[in-house]
Order: sequence, then C-alpha cells, then structure tokens
Amino acid sequence: MRLNAGAVCAGGGSYVNKTGHWRTFIPRVDTDKCNGCGICYTYCPDSSIEIVEKTAQIDYDYCKGCGVCAHECPREAIAMEEERK
Amino acid sequence: MGKKAVIEGSMAIAIAVKQARPHVISAYPITPQTHIMEFLADFVANGELKTEYLRVDSEFSAASVAQGAVAAGSRAYTASASQGLLLMTEVLYNVAGMRLPMVLTGVNRSVGTPVNIQPDHQDTVLFRDTGMIQLYVEDAQEAYDAHVQAFRIAEDRDVLLPVLVCVDGWTISHTFEPVEVEEQEKIDAFLPPYKPLYHLDPKKPYTFGSISIDKDLMEFRYLHEEAIQGAKAKIEAIAREFEKTFGRYYGGLTQSYKTEDADIVFVAMGSIIGTLKEAVDELRAQGKKVGVLKVRSYRPFPVEEIRAALANAKVACVIDRAISIGFGAGPLTIDTQAALYGPNAPQVLPFYAGLGGKDVELKHVAEMVAKAEKAAAGEAVSAEPEYVNINWNLVS
Amino acid sequence: MITAELFAIAAFADGKYSQAFPYFGGERRGAPVQAFVRIDDRPIRLRSKIYNPDYVILQDPSLIGIVDVLQGLGEDGMILVNSELLPEEIGLDTKARVVTFPATKIALETLGVPITNTAIMGAFSALTGEITIDALKPAIEEKFTGELGEKNLLAATTAYERVRASL
Repeated sequence: MRLNAGAVCAGGGSYVNKTGHWRTFIPRVDTDKCNGCGICYTYCPDSSIEIVEKTAQIDYDYCKGCGVCAHECPREAIAMEEERK
Repeated sequence: MGKKAVIEGSMAIAIAVKQARPHVISAYPITPQTHIMEFLADFVANGELKTEYLRVDSEFSAASVAQGAVAAGSRAYTASASQGLLLMTEVLYNVAGMRLPMVLTGVNRSVGTPVNIQPDHQDTVLFRDTGMIQLYVEDAQEAYDAHVQAFRIAEDRDVLLPVLVCVDGWTISHTFEPVEVEEQEKIDAFLPPYKPLYHLDPKKPYTFGSISIDKDLMEFRYLHEEAIQGAKAKIEAIAREFEKTFGRYYGGLTQSYKTEDADIVFVAMGSIIGTLKEAVDELRAQGKKVGVLKVRSYRPFPVEEIRAALANAKVACVIDRAISIGFGAGPLTIDTQAALYGPNAPQVLPFYAGLGGKDVELKHVAEMVAKAEKAAAGEAVSAEPEYVNINWNLVS
Repeated sequence: MITAELFAIAAFADGKYSQAFPYFGGERRGAPVQAFVRIDDRPIRLRSKIYNPDYVILQDPSLIGIVDVLQGLGEDGMILVNSELLPEEIGLDTKARVVTFPATKIALETLGVPITNTAIMGAFSALTGEITIDALKPAIEEKFTGELGEKNLLAATTAYERVRASL
C-alpha cells in the first residue's frame, strides 16, 4: 500500500487513539476537599482535567497518571492510587 | 492584453501574489524583502486584496503561519531574505516533508557574517536538500510570471511541494523596468483555486507529518524524491502553458541562449543572466562562439537538460553566486560537474562572481571567455575557481 | 532614487525601454546615495552599474570634493548640478559640459520644500531632450497624487521653461 504524501494519516491521532491505558497510577478526586480552584487544570500536561460545577473532573481516556495534579493540589484533594485494570 | 508599465520588481511580485488570491499572507520584514510585503499591505488596506494579512514576531512564525494555513486548505504566501530565510529553515523542512504547496519568495541577499544587504545566492542555495522546488528568475517580468506559475506547480496533485522563487535583491527587487501585468480574469483562468488533497478540519481530522520511524522514513523520502523528479515535467509544461496563454516563456527547467553551436557556454542563475546574454551578443559580434545556459530550476536540478545543452560545448563556465566554503567550488559548479560526469563532458571552469553584490560588468564576462578560449584551444588552465573582480590588495 | 524612477517611467512613456536602480551600501536616510538609469530603444538586459555615464545629475553640490562626481564621465558628457552658482564657480575640473541649475530654489518656490527631484528633471528635459516634458507629466502623475502631483508638475514645468528661456 502506497504511503500518503506528507505522512498524512486519517483518524486524527489521539482523537481516536486514547492514551489513558498507559497509566500505572490513577488520580482520584476527593470531592469534599476539592473547591474547584483550577490549579490542577492549569498544571495538567495532557489537558485531561476540567472543572465541572466547582469540582475537578478527570478525563481518564487521556490521563496518563503522571501525578502532577496531586502534587500541586493545595488542599490535597487528589490522591494517586495504583491502577487496577 | 495585459498592461505594460515601468514598475519596481517588488511591485511586480506583489501584484502577482495579489492576483493569485492567497487566503493568508504572513509577514516579517527584512531588507530587501520589505517592499513586497509593504505593497501587499497597501493592497489589503485599500481593499484590492482580501486576505488574512498577519504580522508575526519572526520569520520562524511567518513560515509556521503559512504552513498551518496551507495545511488547513488555504493558499498562503510569505517572503524573506538572508538570515530571515535561515530562521525559516526548520519550518520549511516540515513544509516540504508534509508536502504543503506554499509559495514563498527568497529575495536573495548574502548571509552574515559579515553583514551585507546586497544580493548573492548564499541564502537560498542553503535550501538545496529541503525538498522544496527552487526557481531563479532573471528580471522583473520573469519574477511576475514565475510567481503565477509557482502556485500552479506547487498545487499540482502530482507535485504538492513548496516553491521558493528566488529573486536577486536590489538588482531585481528594487529595479524599475517595464513589466506586463495580466488581467485578473486571465490569471484566474490560469490559476484556479487551490483544492487540497487533505486539509485540517476538526470534523474530519487528519494528522499531518505523523511519526515515521525506521519502518517507513526512507519510503517517505523515496516518495518525496519521486515527486520532485516528477515536477520536472510539470515545471516545463506549466511554463509552456503560460507561454500559450500569455505569450512569454523564460524556459522551464533551463533556458538556452545561443548554445547550439557554442564552444563556450556559461551556466548561471538569476539576474546575472541578462548581463551574460548582452555579453554573448557582443562577443558573437567579434566571432566568438559563446552561449548561456540559464538554470531556472535549481531543485529539481536539470541534469538531462544540462547534459543536452552542453553536449557540443568544449568549455562550460559555471558562475556561482554562492560559495560552499570548504569544498573549493560553489554549489552550482559542484552540481553541474556531477551532472556532466562521464566521457565527452566539456571542461568545467568555475567562477565566483557577484558575491555580496560585487558588480559583474561586460568586461568581466570577456575575461572569463578569454580564459575559456585558452582551455578550448587545448591550453592548460587552472580548474580552480576564479574569484571574478576580486580586490587582491584586500587579501594579500 | 525618485528621480531615477521617474526618468524610467517617463522614458517608457516616450516609447523607449528603461531601467532604474539604486545603489545601497549601508546607508541611512540622508546619506549620499547613487541611482542609475539606462534608456534604450531595445529591451535592457545589462544589470551592472553604470561606469561611463552620458549624463550625471548631482542633486547635492556639497558632495563635490567628497565624492568623485565626474568619475567615468566622458568629454562628450554633461553634468547637471543643482546649484545657484555659475558652472565655473563650483569647482569641477572637466572637459565635459557643466550646467548649473537652482533646483532647490525652484523646489522651494513651487513645492515649498527643498526636494529637488521634479525640478531637476524639468531642467534635464529642457537641456537634453532625452526625456520629453510631455512624458514627465504622466510619470509625475503616477508617482504623486492630488495636490502633490500638481505641485511637482509645476516644479518640472517651471524648471523646463526657465532653462528653455535661458538657452
């Protein structure tokens, strides 16, 4: 099969190819502690956190479990747990 | 009929770009490219040109904006010179690799250090291995014509490559001379809107320039080389179609001027061609069999055309307006020698001329011919490159 | 450079081929600059600088003694100097024809600013006939619009008439 000129490939990369399964640790948000300040949203290198109704909501399809959010959360509202697949 | 008037070379280019109706123009100023971008800005300001004219923060951005615009399916243009072009280098490798048909002007200017604002080809020959098409023009009219052609070549479905149109700074960009500007309708008919094969669209996502590791990088290079080799026939065909439509032809990959019976043939690129043609006529009047082979397309390099044009010549005088420091010859000489390699090849005499804007007069051409005549007569002459019009006092 | 550009446009209006180009080293605005013009009956391909001009126009006479303004000018040539002095008073030692013309004065009278391009062109046209005054009109109109165009045209025609009257 002849390659596409310009290394163009359909499917839109990560749009269809999810990366969440790369995780070893998974962040869990304690919704009682979280006040939706958005610091985790700012720091997430994979743009996998949204603030929904004043609470951090993690997109586990793309979160790779790096733990930056847990490290940065001033209220210690995010805990990293071992992923059980 | 088009309208013929005395205009500046930069204006001729700006009008050609305007008539190509680009969706996006990205601009970052550098001498001697500025006039083109100023004229285009004027066209936008006075309503003659509807385009997204973006002033960016560097040449890197200028190239990147145009790259993104073409990837999104639009027609985009930018221009630069010298160090500005060099700052685009990384982006332009990507543009070529992604097979994005961007058109950009390289307004030839020497490369620092030392600082110099005058023309030579040191800046554009650097792009030799990017996989972009490079066309060199000899006057303002050809600059206008070549820009119109460049979009057609770039956007051809079998080509899909960026085209760098190389225009000698000042000598063409800032010179006023008669230029025929064609009617917009005729340009529109010659250059229909760009229809991309793929384009970026959130509704139908694509990845451009996806990762290609050892399993297929070489294969992508194969396709790139195949495309630019295939572009040879397209460049010629589009130049011929342009001739049929507008009545002007400056050559496709090359143009031969009085080479058929010539013993001595100059091989050169850019604005120096005009001076060489003038010199050839003078020397022919003295009975000297001299001709000029203009290399219009430096990439793809016209190997077959050069071999054919020089088949009967005794000596090829190759004029480089750039130097490959450390090799001992200029890029055009190296390529020409490689193209000619084999039995029955003419003797190649390399010359550096016009570096940093150093003037080349008719008398200098006559001097080169005198050397070539000796070689043609079987006398031993040095095959080392000669620095034309050099001031030896400054180096000894 | 404006003068060179206008000459090229005017020559084309006269039915000739023309070429005009500046020479820039590293100059800033106000620094001495050179510009060249070629006019011919056939297309012009030569692109070297001009070393043996038929005519030299010196817009700034203060350059005499600083720049060799006569370089390459033959005995049959002519140098037109923007000056209120007489030709023998400006210190040019040449067998070529020396003509002085107060272009700055005319420019101040007509334009109100000491920009001498169009005045000196009018004088050159009257002296040499290489460019007709009729061809200068469209060239000036192309370069300058509105009142500025009218004033520049007045500068050129005033200069042209004064030189004609003096010949």
